[in-house]
Amino acid sequence: MQTTSDDVLIGRIASGDRLAMQVLFARHHVKVYRFVLRLVRNESAAEDLISEVFFDVWRQAGKFEGRSAVSTWLLSIARFKALSALRRRSEVELDDETASAIEDQSDDPEVVLAKKDKGAVLRQCLSGLSAEHREIIDLVYYHEKSVAEVASIVGIPEATVKTRMFYARKKLSELLKERGIDRGWP
Amino acid sequence: MNAVNETPVSDIELLLPWHAAGTLSNRDSQRVETALANDPELARQFELVREELSEDIHLNETLGAPSARAMESLFARIEAEPARMPAVSFNLGARVRDFFASLSPRTLAWSASAAAIAILLQAGLIAGIVIKENGASSVSGGDYQTASVPSPFVGDGSFALIRFQPQANAADIAKFLEVNNLSVTGGPITGALFRVQVAATKLPTTDLANIVKKLQSDKMIVGFVAATQ
Repeated sequence: MQTTSDDVLIGRIASGDRLAMQVLFARHHVKVYRFVLRLVRNESAAEDLISEVFFDVWRQAGKFEGRSAVSTWLLSIARFKALSALRRRSEVELDDETASAIEDQSDDPEVVLAKKDKGAVLRQCLSGLSAEHREIIDLVYYHEKSVAEVASIVGIPEATVKTRMFYARKKLSELLKERGIDRGWP
Repeated sequence: MNAVNETPVSDIELLLPWHAAGTLSNRDSQRVETALANDPELARQFELVREELSEDIHLNETLGAPSARAMESLFARIEAEPARMPAVSFNLGARVRDFFASLSPRTLAWSASAAAIAILLQAGLIAGIVIKENGASSVSGGDYQTASVPSPFVGDGSFALIRFQPQANAADIAKFLEVNNLSVTGGPITGALFRVQVAATKLPTTDLANIVKKLQSDKMIVGFVAATQ
């Protein structure tokens, strides 16, 4: 049981309480790191980015209005930072990375064995999705965000959240089919 | 993103990932459950969703954690920041609330002096709520959300005088105000009474009496309540 709510911690951080900052960091930094890492695909860059995310929290805590959960606010900041970092890379580099996420692994003999493990292949295909699709799947499945919260984090209408998730799942099925696993959907 | 226009996709089908993650409202969750019970194909698709959910969690959990470098870098930057002045309006309520919350009900009931302190702190707390509601603070984000209707100190509407139980803590009072859509519009006056707005319009006497009766039923929070002008 958490003895101090995130909202209370933010209030204390706004008044310059560094211990409250440590508690908030300890509570959320791993999930924020994983969210960022899945977007930027670089551990060192992800570490730098979460440091920036929480530094923004330190500076902006007084402006937090409590309209959303603190974790949703953190992910919104993290997403903005991650996309800004990605924009500094070239599109070519990004395309290569996305392609290699699948192609490199398909040449690996271990993947042949992994094909017997549907779960392992599914995880590889999840990694092979575009950043946009990875993001929404992670927000819904791993970060347990509602439709409204995803809409807030990503900055799109709720109806678009639902259809984007649908297409992300559809793309996942296509990737699985390419790798010999036909789920019979869509 | 394209619209879903290749094949008709029901709203229920779109909601399956959130149902699997347990983040739907009770109403939507019930709709999905009913559909799943009556549609074997949808149920089969839901199993695929659960499979994806499981593997996505597995994938994320194997990503590891950041090194201590991230935390060291963060706190080095924070240390380098100049000390900040507390955000007074924000922390007034928070500090009163924290202090008030730290006093256990048993302690408060133990002596008359403790009760007097509690009433004083309640006054501070509720004053903080009033200040916040009336926009005196430029910084929002506190825990308290009282009534959705703006609460002028003077104006139309229906009102009641209320005294809270000394042992009622800040969180309980805030929740009570929120649940009953009450706005504190004045007080404390003699007898630790606060004036609260129970409706934005002038209610018939019987309606107001019913609301007062309902408020009075919460004995843990309310010590006294009566309709007023």
